[in-house]
Amino acid sequence: MADLTRLTAAELAAAVADGTASSVEVTEAHLARVEEVDEKVHAFLHVDREGALAQARAVDERRAAGERLGPLAGVPLALKDIFTTEGVPTTVGSKILEGWVPPYDATVTRRLKEAGVVILGKTNMDEFAMGSSTENSAYGPTGNPWDLTRIPGGSGGGSSASLASFQAPLAIGTDTGGSIRQPAAVTGTVGVKPTYGGVSRYGMVAFSSSLDQGGPCARTVLDAALLHEVIAGHDPLDSTSIDAPVPDVVAAARNGSVEGMRVGVVREFRGEGYQPGVIRRFDESVELLRELGAEVVEVSCPSFDLALAAYYLIAPSECSSNLARFDAMRYGLRIGDDGTRSAEEVTSLTREAGFGAEVKRRVMLGTYALSSGYYDAYYGSAQKVRTLVSRDFERAFADVDVLVSPTTPTTAFPIGERADDPMAMYRADLCTIPVNLAGNAAMSLPCGLADEDGLPVGLQIIAPAMADDRLYRVGSAVEAAFQARWGHPIIEEVPAL
Amino acid sequence: MPGITREEVAHLARLARLELSAEELDHFAGQLDDIIGAVARVSDVAAQDVPPTSHPLPLTNVMRPDEVRPGLTPDQALAGAPAQEQQRFKVPQILGEE
Repeated sequence: MADLTRLTAAELAAAVADGTASSVEVTEAHLARVEEVDEKVHAFLHVDREGALAQARAVDERRAAGERLGPLAGVPLALKDIFTTEGVPTTVGSKILEGWVPPYDATVTRRLKEAGVVILGKTNMDEFAMGSSTENSAYGPTGNPWDLTRIPGGSGGGSSASLASFQAPLAIGTDTGGSIRQPAAVTGTVGVKPTYGGVSRYGMVAFSSSLDQGGPCARTVLDAALLHEVIAGHDPLDSTSIDAPVPDVVAAARNGSVEGMRVGVVREFRGEGYQPGVIRRFDESVELLRELGAEVVEVSCPSFDLALAAYYLIAPSECSSNLARFDAMRYGLRIGDDGTRSAEEVTSLTREAGFGAEVKRRVMLGTYALSSGYYDAYYGSAQKVRTLVSRDFERAFADVDVLVSPTTPTTAFPIGERADDPMAMYRADLCTIPVNLAGNAAMSLPCGLADEDGLPVGLQIIAPAMADDRLYRVGSAVEAAFQARWGHPIIEEVPAL
Repeated sequence: MPGITREEVAHLARLARLELSAEELDHFAGQLDDIIGAVARVSDVAAQDVPPTSHPLPLTNVMRPDEVRPGLTPDQALAGAPAQEQQRFKVPQILGEE
């Protein structure tokens, strides 16, 4: 039998369902791969070998008993360490939660388990999902499998790296300003930020509640759709969860076509700061869409120019409030409780010791933006920008079915290059942030390698809210056409580790 | 838009319950000044008559039937507590001596 770690999730599920391979065999193959390469990659913070094998055995038993299995039953997955997992440590990449073992499962975790998905372990991330490189993890950086000296994107760099190094065929990420799409772009994988409210946030440690959204990561568009279907849908435990049917993303992924669609190219997403090799691959993608029968038009979204600035006021403001719960009283780290210090002093000492530099920066930035005297100028204006960004999208989608852009302005940058330059780091999310502000849906998928460095380039597809299926219809058409041109999926060009 | 001083950063750190070191104060003061200088661009729209958006969804209050459902046991709820006593979270002193 072929190397099980090279198969897609759809292929693995079919193999488990028809008995070609057991879920235990599939899981053991992936655990062996983790053992073999993760010392170099550092995608995982915690590997749950026993839990994974127990779940795999349960799936195999259900199959032996003649039960009909779900479309991803028995398939391994890497879960971002931001989702609570009952009995399995959850750190959010932070020292403040080191060793914390949650007493309950996130809704996403529970849905994965119910679908028979095998959770291999928890993946590395920027602390509290704040970052674009995974360098802000308190547990050390993750390497990009295309070049281990470069960043795998962030905040979900552990998830994207696990896919690109064939340690898992599926992963889960969260996207507040691009943390699913940017890692997908720089690792040559697929990542989707669903419509806000499409996937439950219950048990997902909050960073910026009006922006955070969990979503699927995979190596193919169809695999992402199958995973999307498993985790999406209304959840009474999340009051912002949308109570409406999930768009049929799997059918869309199986029927890729852009024939007769109108595709808008966002004029603002090019120019200064964009790597020439990224723009070249993007322009080819637009040409490909035309060849496939789409009508391509240029679209202007002038307020996107202020989106990055608005985001870096809104997200820190919400995070400064959300992270107030880390007060050293009910869970997590407690420092300096020697019987003489007050609760407030213990809280301050604990947060000082438990939070990393980027978290401190954002908490203070948010505290500043929300303080009296500055509130209207900063937070109030940022909220107006948010309205203007949504209006730009509305105007664009009145004319086109989807928008396209590069996912990121550059390919993966070297580890350390932007570590102490916050504004340079923030610009990695230039093209992804407007989508979070408006709450609509977007995908990143590979569109080739940049000429100058041979690193993956991502194509971003953006759809209106609740039209997530359009991402998959367009994405699978583009994926199929590119693979026909290249002769293989681009991920097969990743160097051996 | 005014810049941010080291003293203001020290005040913010106190408000945010962060016991920053002197070295961190120096470092963050420069960085926060840069970031605030860059994000202050949003005030370009301050005078525009545009309604603010706080959330992508039109939020309405969500109700559910008032039914007894299983929850965490006291042991589960206290399992991650830094200190506990008599089935309660044990915390450092909150009030002064008086």
